Amino acid sequence: MGSYLIRRLLLMVVTLFGISVIIFVLLRIVPGNIADILFDAAGMVSAAEKHKLEVELGLDQPIAIQYIHWIGNLARGDFGYTYISEQPALQEILPRIPVTAKLAGLALLFSILFGVPLGIVSAVRQNTALDYVLRVLSLSGLSLPSFWLGLLILMGFVHYLGWIPIYTEKPASLLHELLLLCIPAAAVGFRSSALVMRLTRSSMLEVLRQDYIRTARAKGVSRAMVNYDHALRNAMLPIITIIGIEAAFLVGGLIVTETVFNIPGVARFLVEAIRWRDYPVVQSLVMFIAVVVVSVNFLIDMAYAMLDPRIRYDN
Amino acid sequence: MTALDQQAELDIPVGRAGFWRALAHFVRRYPLGAAGAAIVLAIVLMAIFAGWITAFDPTSTSARDSLAKPGAVHLLGADFMGRDMWSRIVFGARISLAVGIGSTTLGCLLGVSAGLSSGYFGGWLDLITQRLMDMLQSLPLLVLALVMAAALGPSIQNTIIAISIPLVPTVARVIRSNTLMLREMPFVEAARAIGMSEVAIAVRHVLPNTLAPLIVLATAQLGSAILVEAALSFLGLGIPEPYPSWGRMLSESAAEYVRTAPWLVVYPGLAISLAVFGTNLLGDALRDVLDPRLRY
Repeated sequence: MGSYLIRRLLLMVVTLFGISVIIFVLLRIVPGNIADILFDAAGMVSAAEKHKLEVELGLDQPIAIQYIHWIGNLARGDFGYTYISEQPALQEILPRIPVTAKLAGLALLFSILFGVPLGIVSAVRQNTALDYVLRVLSLSGLSLPSFWLGLLILMGFVHYLGWIPIYTEKPASLLHELLLLCIPAAAVGFRSSALVMRLTRSSMLEVLRQDYIRTARAKGVSRAMVNYDHALRNAMLPIITIIGIEAAFLVGGLIVTETVFNIPGVARFLVEAIRWRDYPVVQSLVMFIAVVVVSVNFLIDMAYAMLDPRIRYDN
Repeated sequence: MTALDQQAELDIPVGRAGFWRALAHFVRRYPLGAAGAAIVLAIVLMAIFAGWITAFDPTSTSARDSLAKPGAVHLLGADFMGRDMWSRIVFGARISLAVGIGSTTLGCLLGVSAGLSSGYFGGWLDLITQRLMDMLQSLPLLVLALVMAAALGPSIQNTIIAISIPLVPTVARVIRSNTLMLREMPFVEAARAIGMSEVAIAVRHVLPNTLAPLIVLATAQLGSAILVEAALSFLGLGIPEPYPSWGRMLSESAAEYVRTAPWLVVYPGLAISLAVFGTNLLGDALRDVLDPRLRY
């Protein structure tokens, strides 16, 4: 376990280093450098001033130096200086993290609450009418764009209640905030619960096909006992992995949903920074997302190793 | 499913005369998949004959028709600039399909090359490719597509490229694991014994055997490519004006139209969902036919 842990950690560092290089290079394909963009935004014209700006931002230095500079700052928590609000980007990002975390947590809760039980039912009642309905439902969950679902929810609010949930004001209490966030969380969670349901179903079906299940049935164990004790326990492991991976990939749904509902979270901040062509902030934010995703994957692998007695990473 | 069932399934009649029988067999055995195929076919036909089934140019504006309600003149209403929604949705099918098929093809091409070469040749090439795929896979699909789209600038070609790259690792992974299994097969050894070059074996003998999972994967990727295009365009970073993109139609002012002009919100979203739903249904059935053990 120990050597596996170290190898896995090293691999994580290599991956993150690679991502940082990819992002850094990618955002330098953009025609014109940051100074040009700032220059346009401020409406300045003199070449001397532009050069001064470039020196100030370190753009006159070789690209490798610029990279080291960026990573060094990032490691110290310096996300750069955003010119959307003319503040250090970290000050913009920090208060947004809890909002996005709560939204993601709720969405994940939705996907587990609906996805796992429905997936089990669908597998146990394979090829019945109920199974068909649930399969079509989960497939439609994978087909609806989450931003459209969000818009439809908003439309329902306008039509039936006459008001629209507003997220930019400070909520009265945590409970109030969570209740408000449930609405967009349902929009994000619908898709992931569909995914979780499909995978729960196929994982369950695979286990139900095993010989030991047939043996249990043959020796007269009740159907419920076989399904929920023998089968579910063994099907749970892949389900946990998928839920973990899904947790990291909720980000895509969060980006569009935070935009639709106008929620002041990290994901919307990324879109705003891209729209404003605030590339120093974009590259730091994307790096931040990558660190979160890679860490989550790492934790899942560790949990997997601990939960499954068959897996011991000794050699 | 027992082995006998699978045997029966593979026993699908082929040949020219057997085509209709095979089709009937498919419809009977996979009604959902057949429905998906019908939806996809309808959208493809819509894209091909777009000019014949619409009365308006999808880009021509008219101040008089601004926000016209759905009715006899404008079947599905008109947007703020007075452009006919039905025309925009029908012509939008072209954009969605072009970007979807384009990025899926490009993504599969890159993924197959990476997966095949790293799986077949192994060694340091495999090591480097695998690490690169790890990196690409560590960024959520939409985030990577967003950054790529922002870096490349808004255009149809760039959107295709931006969407194709995040699709590469999934394809590469599946093809690699298939290749690892196939390269140990006796027919590969036989090909080597008669003096075929390694590259020729990989392309002529290993590659065709990965076709089944590739078709399944490509169908699934097509659906997600259409979704990502819609999301990118919705965020204003995908297909630029004046092209009628379904995602773009929902962008910016959509939250405002929720109150004033719901038809501008309902129909484009319906189009995206139907297209992706059809693709997913078809993909599921194809997976059952071609590769019952593949899970995604």
